[in-house]
Amino acid sequence: MIEIRSVTKRFGSFTAVNDVSLDIAEGEFLTLLGPSGCGKTTLLRMLSGFETPTSGTLRIDGEEVTHLAPYRRNVNQVFQSYALFPHLTVADNIAFGLRMQKVPAPEITRRVDEVVELVALTGFASRRPHELSGGQRQRVALARAIVPRPKVLLLDEPLSALDAKLRQQMQLELKRLQKHLGMTFVFVTHDQEEALTMSDRIAVFNQGRLEQLGSASAIYHQPRTAFVADFIGEANLLTAEAIARSGTMTRLRVEGGLELEIPTDRWPAGGSKVVISLRPEKILVSKRPLEAEAIFTARVTDELFQGALDRLHLQTESGTRLTALVANESALREAIHAGDAVWCGVHADDIAVVGPA
Amino acid sequence: MHALADTAPAHGGRRAGVVAWLLLAPLALWLLLFVVVPMAGLVVYSFCQRDDLGRVVYDFSWENYARVFDPIYLKILGRSIGYAALTTVICIVIGYPVAWYIARQRSPLRERLLLLVMIPFWTSFLIRTYAWIAILKSEGLLNGLLQFSGVVTAPLSLLYTPTAVVIGLVYAYLPFMILPIYGSAEKLDNALVEAAHDLGAGPIRAFSHVIIPLTWPGIAAGIMLVFVPAIGMFAITDLMGGAQVPLIGNVIQNQFFRARNAPFGAALGVVFTLLFILTYALAHRRRRATTA
Repeated sequence: MIEIRSVTKRFGSFTAVNDVSLDIAEGEFLTLLGPSGCGKTTLLRMLSGFETPTSGTLRIDGEEVTHLAPYRRNVNQVFQSYALFPHLTVADNIAFGLRMQKVPAPEITRRVDEVVELVALTGFASRRPHELSGGQRQRVALARAIVPRPKVLLLDEPLSALDAKLRQQMQLELKRLQKHLGMTFVFVTHDQEEALTMSDRIAVFNQGRLEQLGSASAIYHQPRTAFVADFIGEANLLTAEAIARSGTMTRLRVEGGLELEIPTDRWPAGGSKVVISLRPEKILVSKRPLEAEAIFTARVTDELFQGALDRLHLQTESGTRLTALVANESALREAIHAGDAVWCGVHADDIAVVGPA
Repeated sequence: MHALADTAPAHGGRRAGVVAWLLLAPLALWLLLFVVVPMAGLVVYSFCQRDDLGRVVYDFSWENYARVFDPIYLKILGRSIGYAALTTVICIVIGYPVAWYIARQRSPLRERLLLLVMIPFWTSFLIRTYAWIAILKSEGLLNGLLQFSGVVTAPLSLLYTPTAVVIGLVYAYLPFMILPIYGSAEKLDNALVEAAHDLGAGPIRAFSHVIIPLTWPGIAAGIMLVFVPAIGMFAITDLMGGAQVPLIGNVIQNQFFRARNAPFGAALGVVFTLLFILTYALAHRRRRATTA
């Protein structure tokens, strides 16, 4: 549906988007994720036509749109600020795109009524935007953007102005709506949790570059760079060097002294030192011996109660410092406290090599 | 917000009221002395007569008002409205793009451009009008330039024509159109213009459906600030029109100073003022009806 080919965008000497290539499938929910200033919004604005690439090409539905004006593109955007027309009622805001397309009046009425019901705004059609709550305005912006039936819907951090509860609810509603419409959604956010919850695939951006593209679980479980491992979820990032190779497995010595094994095919070609990522919740912790591919003992140096989870700061016998997240004590049926000696376990699959050191 | 608005008066309601009145007092006094009193004097004058030497005689009648509706004066009033309307339209056509352009600039440049719009106010209005005379007269700057470059062989007669009057009026009132439109345009969120484009509106329809309606308060304020004073303007018509095209302002001025018929001038002034108030009230009522 969307083909982005070697797109670069510079503003003066600043490179906002650096040589990005990306394909987005029809009906896909793709999220552009990254910290502010990473280029995700600039890429979205090039898709909507508000910015023109410095180099590279963009195709939407087979048609080259690199230099096409925004009002000639079959895409619509939900703006971060919603950008509702303050002088028009909810119904007139929603009808705006259809009026521009010269759709006959009876059809406009029918389609506006339909979408008003779809986004649960029945009874608000004659209100002005300033008479609505934040959540209602958000739904008007959504309705206005989907009613012209664009090939692609672009969403620029549409949930960032909502409070946490409402945001979670809207995440589900948006996802359901996208499935229902079968429309391609390109969603921009800096909120990794939001990205993980909603997306079919996530494109992680950093400093204008596409760091990694993949499903939520692939991005989470197999981060390819230290940035991705650290930005999405939490990670113990540790330098490690290979000390022995036995058949399909390579033995690593991690900074501090802990030794672990990973499949040799994950070892990058060349280089003797790497950075590995280990998710805190993938470290098994118990006061009793446990089963795992790698087992070691450690001391709990600190314990932070965080509701559902306990955060444990560990120092292994060999000296490596790790953070682990475990289910709280009543779920585990054992209390682990600072100062306790514990058994730890790690599975080889849960160790990701995220780059050379 | 609501809670705040509700509790604020309970805290210091009475004292806040007194302070507000004290702060307003100088303005109220100024308005009383320089607006209410002279207007009242004008109304009293308008019912009086004059003697042969032009002195006001306090002999009340409606006679002056009957004379106001003489076709001669109605025709002049009509012409004044026509000139003011033309001036207003030209000011919108020139002023809107200028205001829009300034409003879209980044901060330091924007303030500098605004300053350029306001610089003319640093010099007396009369001096600036004389400058225009120097530019437009037969052996003036513009004709010199046109003849030097060979565009024309004989000097054009520009000064003391209706064109000169309109040039003078547009020049004098243009800043009063630019500034309020700038005020509206600067507040306009660019995302709204982008949203219009995104929904399929090209430049023209984005302008007519979104930009014009949202900057309308500025345009309306500009119309008020240009049209109303332009109707009554007499200095420019005197200096640049050479009394060729008397407008209502000139007639009123002449009644006071040349014809020495202050009561009739006052009657013209009162009718003229009532006309404004009526127009303003109607416009205001329509605006309230459309926003409600």
